[in-house]
Amino acid sequence: MKSSPARRLATHGLLAVASLAMIYPVLWMIGSSFKPDERIFTELAPLPTSLDPFNYVNGWTALPVSFDRFFLNSFLVAGLAVLGNLLACSVAGYAFARLNFPLKKLWFVLMMGTLMLPYHVTLIPQYVLFLKLDWIDTFLPLVIPKFLGADAFFIFLFVQFFRGIPRELDEAAIMDGCGPWRIFRRVMLPLSTPVIGTAAIFTFIWTWDDFFGPLIYLNDVSHYTVPLALRSFTDSTSQSSWGQLFAMSTLSLAPVFVFFIFFQKFLIQGIAMSGLKR
Amino acid sequence: MTALAEPGAPALTQRASRRISDGLAGYLFLAPWLAGFFLLTLGPTLASLYLSFTRYDLLNDPVWVGMRNYERMTIDPRFWSAVEVTLTYVLWAVPLKLMFALALAMVLDKGIRGLTVYRAIFFLPSLLGGSVAIAVLWRQIFGADGMVNKFLGLFGYAGTSWISDPDTALGALIVLGVWQFGSPMIVFLAGLRQIPADMYEAAQMDGAGKVRVFIRITLPLLTPVIFFNLVLQTINAFKAFTPAFIISGGTGGPIDSTLFYTVYLYQEAFGFFRMGYAAAMAWALLVAIGFFTALQFMSAKLWVHYEE
Repeated sequence: MKSSPARRLATHGLLAVASLAMIYPVLWMIGSSFKPDERIFTELAPLPTSLDPFNYVNGWTALPVSFDRFFLNSFLVAGLAVLGNLLACSVAGYAFARLNFPLKKLWFVLMMGTLMLPYHVTLIPQYVLFLKLDWIDTFLPLVIPKFLGADAFFIFLFVQFFRGIPRELDEAAIMDGCGPWRIFRRVMLPLSTPVIGTAAIFTFIWTWDDFFGPLIYLNDVSHYTVPLALRSFTDSTSQSSWGQLFAMSTLSLAPVFVFFIFFQKFLIQGIAMSGLKR
Repeated sequence: MTALAEPGAPALTQRASRRISDGLAGYLFLAPWLAGFFLLTLGPTLASLYLSFTRYDLLNDPVWVGMRNYERMTIDPRFWSAVEVTLTYVLWAVPLKLMFALALAMVLDKGIRGLTVYRAIFFLPSLLGGSVAIAVLWRQIFGADGMVNKFLGLFGYAGTSWISDPDTALGALIVLGVWQFGSPMIVFLAGLRQIPADMYEAAQMDGAGKVRVFIRITLPLLTPVIFFNLVLQTINAFKAFTPAFIISGGTGGPIDSTLFYTVYLYQEAFGFFRMGYAAAMAWALLVAIGFFTALQFMSAKLWVHYEE
């Protein structure tokens, strides 16, 4: 179907306006992070007159604990979450995709069932459990569940991927005397970079953005992750320092943005493949 | 006794032991997930069902109260506000989001130049939208001297503070939800790619117009993808929390107009420490989500077109 140049131009014009409208809020926030407060509320245009990072400098230390601590905490939690998810979900995925064991079907159905379960149902007993373990106000409640494969979605992703790997490769390895562990390590994992990448990136982004978990489990300011710190920023500073708030908000989105720029193909394929949440 | 005495035996035991070791290996590989399943999912699910029949404040032991939490739900006005707010949000945000997603996917699917750029820009909000940073930004955008009012001011219209007006606060949150139409759009794009080109060609031969092609071919063939997006987005919309919590400062205000179900559940559990009531609310949510999902699956027979 060839359309006329005028039509194509119109479509492009429409799409350009629509995309600008879509990212305008984000551009405006980034622009505002370089402006003094009085100008944030009078200007609609995002472009700042200078790139003086005064809001970044002041915002970084505006809370009792400075943002290097919050970023460190966030990176630590997100990094451990990625590690946990990759370890637990890949081995479980391998068991479901390749090994035979009694009750396998039952476990698989239950695993898929947990995908549907809203986390609110397990929330309170989990909180009580972590309270009894004396884990409140530590990162353990945010991280340990990942090492136990709590994000069943990624197990499913690994199962799907492993199933696509030709069985001849396993059989050749069995001929060479490899056991399941060596097949997993030497045959499956080296072929699995796409799914490892997708799982790592999505785990990182979701953990990085997570607000609810830190909100209920972390109390002390020095343990806050970046989203919690931003929340207390809005509480403690009222209307007086929007510029600083936007500067820190912009920084909090920066890691996600980096992933978006460099791994967009992964992200989009991941979504298209499985209609990831959100 | 040597193995030579019974020629069939070694092979048999080897196979049997292989099966046992394979089974053992399976359980070893599954061990982390199994531990998590029992300790973090199955156990807590049953425990929360039990807690939903108790009064429990974390400090004292749970006290059995029978159906009282569920009875209280029926007469708790804030519970019903939360239900109303959440249903309103789901019923507006989900269809609008899917409509935008489908419309943009249709436009982008025409093999337009710069597809990847447009797709990336439309996708970005769904990547950022759930964050505290964007919720904070939304609070400013829809505030009294926010971006929206600045924009309306260009046309001589003076807007109010959208987020402090109970009539419009939920609207701002719906807009935020719809803004994130990028990920269902990408699923639609992938679905549109699957429609064979000869279907369109055949329709064109028959002289079908664009609207007719859309209604007769594109839409029916896309129904499985629409269904998938619908189920997923509905479940996610029920669980929305961060934007409402941040924008209302944790209150669900003004006057409970953005009291999402999850926000109210949080308040009951971690504000008032009514853990039993919160557990009952969680179970009600599970039943509600299950009900809507089942409804969608049942209706699927009427409108989702599966290829044989």
